[in-house]
Amino acid sequence: MQAEGQLRKLLRIHRDDNVLIVVSPVRAGDRDLMDGREIVFTQNIAIGHKVAARDIKTGEKVYKCGVPIGSAKEPIPAGAHMHLHNLKSDYIATYTLDKDHVFVK
Amino acid sequence: MFSSNNSPKLQGFLRSDGRKGIRNCIVVAYLVECAHHVAREIVDSFKGQPVHLIGFGGCYPNAYADRMMTKLCTHPNVGGALLLSLGCESFNRHRLAEEIAKTGRPVSTVVIQQTGGTRKSIDGGAAWVEQALKQIAEVPRAPLGVDELVVGTVCGGSDATSGISANPAVGRAFDMLVKQGASTIFEETGEMIGLEDVMSARAVTPELGHELKASVEKAAYYYKQMGHASFAPGNAEGGLTTIEEKSIGAYCKSGDSPISGLIKPGDVPRNGGLYLLDVVPDGEPKFGFPNINDNAEIAELIACGSHVILFTTGRGSVVGSAISPVIKICANPETYERMSDDMDVNAGKILRLEASVDEVGEEIYKKVLEVASGTQSCSESLGHQEFVLTYKSFEPIGPACLPM
Repeated sequence: MQAEGQLRKLLRIHRDDNVLIVVSPVRAGDRDLMDGREIVFTQNIAIGHKVAARDIKTGEKVYKCGVPIGSAKEPIPAGAHMHLHNLKSDYIATYTLDKDHVFVK
Repeated sequence: MFSSNNSPKLQGFLRSDGRKGIRNCIVVAYLVECAHHVAREIVDSFKGQPVHLIGFGGCYPNAYADRMMTKLCTHPNVGGALLLSLGCESFNRHRLAEEIAKTGRPVSTVVIQQTGGTRKSIDGGAAWVEQALKQIAEVPRAPLGVDELVVGTVCGGSDATSGISANPAVGRAFDMLVKQGASTIFEETGEMIGLEDVMSARAVTPELGHELKASVEKAAYYYKQMGHASFAPGNAEGGLTTIEEKSIGAYCKSGDSPISGLIKPGDVPRNGGLYLLDVVPDGEPKFGFPNINDNAEIAELIACGSHVILFTTGRGSVVGSAISPVIKICANPETYERMSDDMDVNAGKILRLEASVDEVGEEIYKKVLEVASGTQSCSESLGHQEFVLTYKSFEPIGPACLPM
């Protein structure tokens, strides 16, 4: 397992996670080490946001804190920002959502 | 991994039901708001001594409040109880006093109308507490194993950091405690929307899994009736993408252990393991919000036998509790720097990449043992003893809820 000290901006919360959390602001062009491999960020990413810890396939479950938080909508390369554009909820309970939002996929 | 050999040898206060306390306090309990002042005056005259104020303000009877008061007054951290009644409220003071007396604890009831008013009630009550403190100093001590501890967790004053530092670290501490045989309790079903299936899959039986799922569905319905909109997917600006992700913030305090049972306020787990406390009332909403503030949740965790409460906060809560010590785990490093006197553990180190989640989890575990061995937590040494109890209604748990 990689030493967490190697990551300067990214936090791994749980061993099963395939996302890392940005803990200090990332600027496009910044470099960081991820599992021993250097990655170059292609965009600014704010604190609290997620990046892929490794390449993630379409439909693959995404884990944060060791818990599935949804699945990938498209192939996501390691180091890419993960948010509404490439990650969707797998939750389909209708009772918490307004009728218009039932089965948002 | 922290080995149990390094653990301090714990001593507990042995109670007649076999449970052991890590504190030995007298509770002064008012049974209606009208007796609150007299109770507080009595408690105030014992500053610095283990005399705690609890009570129920309502004048109308409520089975939940009866049960809560009975469980709190017979909690292992409690050595004896003074009950304060005005005289005409509906609370069944006779039954409460009987239940306490059955456990062998010293108990006395001051009825203000019969005693002759405020002054005489304060004087009489204080005199009783003074001798009761001497009496409970004689309570036998017995070795206390980590497997006898009950530890609850709650979050309050949360911010975006809570879910990524303090809460996962508490989850790691819970895993360590469960491994050592302790009972651990998490709650906040209203904040687990989207994780019903994930949580159900951790249940030790499919039937329990069904109950866990139903408890979250109940919470979702209840909060919707309250007009609470916090379940709508949102807060994308802070980086949260899905409702599941929003919910894991609170959920990850439960760690990775299998879930051994579903309990309701006042149910005490009899075996080690991880338990979900369902704090949302049963039936149609009747008395308002399930819990009006963090201390209402803490009181329920304590009524379930919690010796210690792990309280995570990002913005910076300062509360403690009557009866059981509250350990504060601060998620946000800036809040920690500003409010360090109130914080027992700085989980903000995780965000500064100065410590891993595992390391802070271990620090929390050690802090639990330290506080269990008698060291005061920050809120305790600052004199915090908040307490609140309001109206609620529950059905008893079904047979599927405690399969072990």
